[in-house]
Order: sequence, then C-alpha cells, then structure tokens
Amino acid sequence: MDFIKTKIDMSEKQKKASAYWKENVRYLFILLAIWFIVSFGAGILFKESLDAIKIGGFKLGFWFAQQGSIYVFVILIFVYVRLMNKLDKKYVYDE
Amino acid sequence: MSVQTWTYILVGLTFALYIGIAIWSRAGSTKDFYVAGGGVSPLANGMATAADWMSAASFISMAGIISFAGYDGSVYLMGWTGGYVLLALLLAPYLRKFGKFTVPDFIGDRYYSKTARIVAVICALIVSFTYVAGQMRGVGVVFSRFLQVDINTGVIIGMIIVLFYAVLGGMKGITYTQVAQYCVLIFAFMVPAIFISIQMTGNPIPQLGMGATLNDGSGTFLLDKLDGLSTELGFNEYTDGSKSVTDIFAITLALMVGTAGLPHVIVRFFTVKKVKDARKSAGFALLLIAILYTTAPAVSVFAKTNLINTVSNEEYSSMPVWFKNWEETGLLSFDDKNKDGKIQYVADGSKNELTIDNDIMVLANPEIADLPAWVIALVAAGGLAAALSTAAGLLLVISASVSHDLVKKVFKPNISDKAELWVARGAATVAVVIAGYFGINPPGFVAAVVALAFGLAAASFFPAIVLGIFYKKMNKEGAISGMVVGIVLMLFYMTKFKFGWFDGGTPADWWFGISPEGFGSIAMIANFIIAIIVLQFTPEPPKDVQEIVENIRIPSGAGEATGH
Repeated sequence: MDFIKTKIDMSEKQKKASAYWKENVRYLFILLAIWFIVSFGAGILFKESLDAIKIGGFKLGFWFAQQGSIYVFVILIFVYVRLMNKLDKKYVYDE
Repeated sequence: MSVQTWTYILVGLTFALYIGIAIWSRAGSTKDFYVAGGGVSPLANGMATAADWMSAASFISMAGIISFAGYDGSVYLMGWTGGYVLLALLLAPYLRKFGKFTVPDFIGDRYYSKTARIVAVICALIVSFTYVAGQMRGVGVVFSRFLQVDINTGVIIGMIIVLFYAVLGGMKGITYTQVAQYCVLIFAFMVPAIFISIQMTGNPIPQLGMGATLNDGSGTFLLDKLDGLSTELGFNEYTDGSKSVTDIFAITLALMVGTAGLPHVIVRFFTVKKVKDARKSAGFALLLIAILYTTAPAVSVFAKTNLINTVSNEEYSSMPVWFKNWEETGLLSFDDKNKDGKIQYVADGSKNELTIDNDIMVLANPEIADLPAWVIALVAAGGLAAALSTAAGLLLVISASVSHDLVKKVFKPNISDKAELWVARGAATVAVVIAGYFGINPPGFVAAVVALAFGLAAASFFPAIVLGIFYKKMNKEGAISGMVVGIVLMLFYMTKFKFGWFDGGTPADWWFGISPEGFGSIAMIANFIIAIIVLQFTPEPPKDVQEIVENIRIPSGAGEATGH
C-alpha cells in the first residue's frame, strides 16, 4: 500500500510540474512574439512603411530601431518577472 | 584647473576606490572566487552585469560607429540589448537553478560528456581572450590621449590595477568593483550628453532631444537637419541605411543570440541567491544598460551634426584647438587634396579630405561642444571604468575555465579547495599578462575577431544551452555535433570572407547576401538542425540526466551554487 501511495504522490508532483512548465512556455511564446515584433518587425522589416509616420522629429521605424525596441525589451523582462513570480506562487514553488 | 590636472584627480580617485573595494572584499574560498559567495543582491548584480557588459567598445566606440552608420548602426543597439530578453527568459533562471560555477559545467553535466565540456572550455577561452585584448587596448588609448603617457605604459598600468583586484578578490572583488565602475561610467556618459542636448535643443533629456527641434530658432527638427546635411554632402540620409534588410536582420539576430551566449555575462547569474533573483537581476541589468544604449544614438546625432557644422567647408587654419590635438593622436587627419585651404568632408572618396576615427565622437565630443575641463576628464575616467570592468569579468571566466573546468574537472579531481583557489589566481595572473601582451602588440585582426566572438557564441553555446533546457530528450551526440558544425561553419565563413582563405570572396559571393558579421545566425540555425537530426539516430539521454532537466525547470530549492 505504501508503495502505491508514493507512486500516486510522484505522479501528482509530476503533473504539477508539467502544468507549471506549460504555462511558463506559453508566457515565453507571448513575450518573445512581442520581442520579435518590436525589433525585427517594427525596427527592420516594416521600417520603411513605418517611417511614413512621424512623431515629433522621429520617423517611427527609425525610432523603434534606435529607441523604442530597447524600452520595450526592458518592460518585457519586468513583466516576465511579475508573471513568473505569480506563477511560482500559484504552484507553491516560491521561496 | 587644466583638463590634465582634472584627469589625474578623477582617474586617481576612482582607481583608489577600486583598490579599496578590492581589499575589503577579498576572496576566502573558491566559492567566493567563482560566484562571489552566491549572496549578491539582484540590484548589485544588475549593476555589475551592466558594467561587465558595457566595454570600451560600448562606451568609446559605439556612439561613433552609429554616427557614421546612421540607421545601420541600429544593429548594435537592438542586438546588444535584445539579447538580454533571451538571456532572462531562456537561460538565466534555469542555469541559476542548475547551480554550478561555469558554463562548461552546465554543458559537461547536462550532456554527460567530457568531450562536450572540453569543447565548451575551448569556446569560452577563444571568446574571452579575443574580447579582453580589445579592452586592454582601450585602456591604453585613454591613457595616451588624456594623460599623455605612452600607450604601452597605459596598458601596463591597467594590467596592474586589474591584476590587483581580480586576483585578490575573484568574483567577489570584481562584483563590488563593477558596482562602483557602473556608477562612474554612467555618470561620465550622461553628463556630456545632457549638456550637449541642452545646448543644441534645449531639452535636458538626450533621448527626447534627439527628436526635438533645434535651438537656433529655425524650428527645424534635429534629425531632419542631419538628414539634409548628409544628403548635401553626398551621404545616405542619416535615418536611412545602406545595408540590405536581410543583412540588418541577420546581424541583429547574431548579436542578440551571441550576447545571450557569452560566458562572462551568463556567469553573473550564478552569483545571486535564488532563481527569482536571477530573473530580477537580468531586468535590472538591462534597465541600467538601456540608460546608456538609448543615450548613445542621441550622442551620435548631436556629435555628427556638430562635427559637420564645425568642419564642413571651413578654413583649415580656423579650426579649434581640439582639431589639432586629435590630429596629433592620428585619429583625425586632413589632406588638402584640392589645395583650397578648406576642409571638404564629402561621401565621394576621391574628393573627401577628412578622415575621422569612430572613437573621436565620444572622446572629443565634450571638447567639440566646448564643455568645461572636468567634464572632459570625466569621460577619461568613464572610459577606463568601462574597459577595466569588462576586462576583469573576462579574466575571471578565463581563470575559472582553467582552474575549475580543466584542472579540477578533468585533470585533478581531488584537488583541495585551497589549492584550486591558488590555481585560479595563477591562471588569472597568466591571463592578464597575455591580455596585456595583445594590448601592447594588437594583432591586426582584433576588430574582425571580436565580431567572430559573437558569431562563435551564437553558433555554439546558445543552441546547446537552450536545447539542454527546453528539449529534455536532447542527447550528447546531438549537442556535440551541433556545436562542432556551428563553430566550424562560422570559422569557415569568417576566414573565407574576412581573411581571404578558401579562395576568399567579395560581398557579391555572400551566401543569401549575409555578411560575416551576420552569419552567426545562419550557423546557429545549422547547429539547431544538425543537433535535432543527429538525435533521431542516437540513443536518448540516461534517466538521471532527464531528471536533472525536469528539476532545473522548477524554480524552488535552488540552493547555493556548488562546484561539486
């Protein structure tokens, strides 16, 4: 009986771990999609067309390449920190 | 007081501060030496990472390169910051959880193989040595310009300082010195930028000043003015590049991935207490780096506009003092081709009379803008802080690779902690001497090789580590063949198009139109593909290794970093 009990505990633990991992990977996909859009998208691939829009003295595509993408990168990491801290709490992995 | 006196005072004070910190934070064990005892706070680690990352190249050269490249310079801005997103999301937390001292430690254990470890050690050594030589050179240049000592004497003074705190304090000494160095370098970078931004646009925030209107009452936007000046002289518009979109894309990707794969950056995340702290300190690091990286493009715009206004079509005899000073260093030269006594600075090479080194744009910027003497001296202290902090971080990777990954893990597993500490110190000393030698006798290919370092890191470490974390079934055969193919491909492409080996080639022969600087991204993709293909035909990794992978995915119970 003890043997069966440990086995169930193990699989419970594993289920929890893989559910946590799935949510983690989902966050990564979303955040990295934004990472790609602001830098490779707005700053490079669509730079030409975005440059038609002007904000102050900045052409928008140029601004994303030299300023905007960097601001978004910083925000992305802090959003990630928050999301993961919450996720850790939800699965009681925080310490 | 003269610029020289100010420079002596500021450089002297900062050096005294670094040495004081080194004495206060001596390393007592290998754990202190490799990971600063593992108890560094996220903010302190963020500052240290930022100083570690921002080298002489970021501080002295980057703004100048962007000045001359315009939009094309964006590859450095996005590449060297975007890599931190990859680092924070894909690598740092898991490597911290894994809890060892070095990157080869992870590769060796995760791929249960001595071969994998040794391949990783070799990559780490190549990457770090190419980098550190450049830093020592940077120290020499700053000394020679600002303190009028010989470049070689400058390199030797730099060596002694780094030797002192890296060898004595190890990671612990380096971390706390880097915290101080970050403060010095960011202050030194921001003060002139703010002054000039106010001068030119009336806006004290350089990031906004860059997009503001000029102060001269014309109501013209600064960037429009610079675009106009550039086309007038025959250059491309400043806000428009000359590189192809494919190449910009490839270079940015290679730099991002390379940044995330650099061992001296990764090891910084082994020094914090918990997984949570590793994530947070990556955020702090990027925030602190972004302050400089968003200011640099503004400095580029200010400096370029100022430069064109000062020199273009002006009498050579009417040039200000700084022009003559920098001519003496050889970083600026004027050749009056049409003998009219005026300076023609134009895109057409046969008519252009002015040659300007990238580095001048930051180093001479305060003089060009006529700022007070203490600001000019501050730039010297900042440049030294940037170069020394990066050099120290790299030396630590080199010494840990030798003492920990080779001596302890491969040759002499039962070496005592105390003996290992002395081997580490010895290796650091030897590394400083070699780096100093390269600083005094720089091989001509240094610039080419630094780009290679990013390509190599992108082509080797990054895929191996990411697969090691996100692909549980990845085995040693796959990882090793991927790394080897990635490195060899990268080396082949670099040597072919940079040094003319294997019949050389011109940009017209580039594969997919991608330059050697951007080829790291292709070599990285090749690494991923080869690893996955080889995996299909080889046995899956042992159960206990798969358990390690499951374990590093969970943040709790990280414990302290250990070498055993």
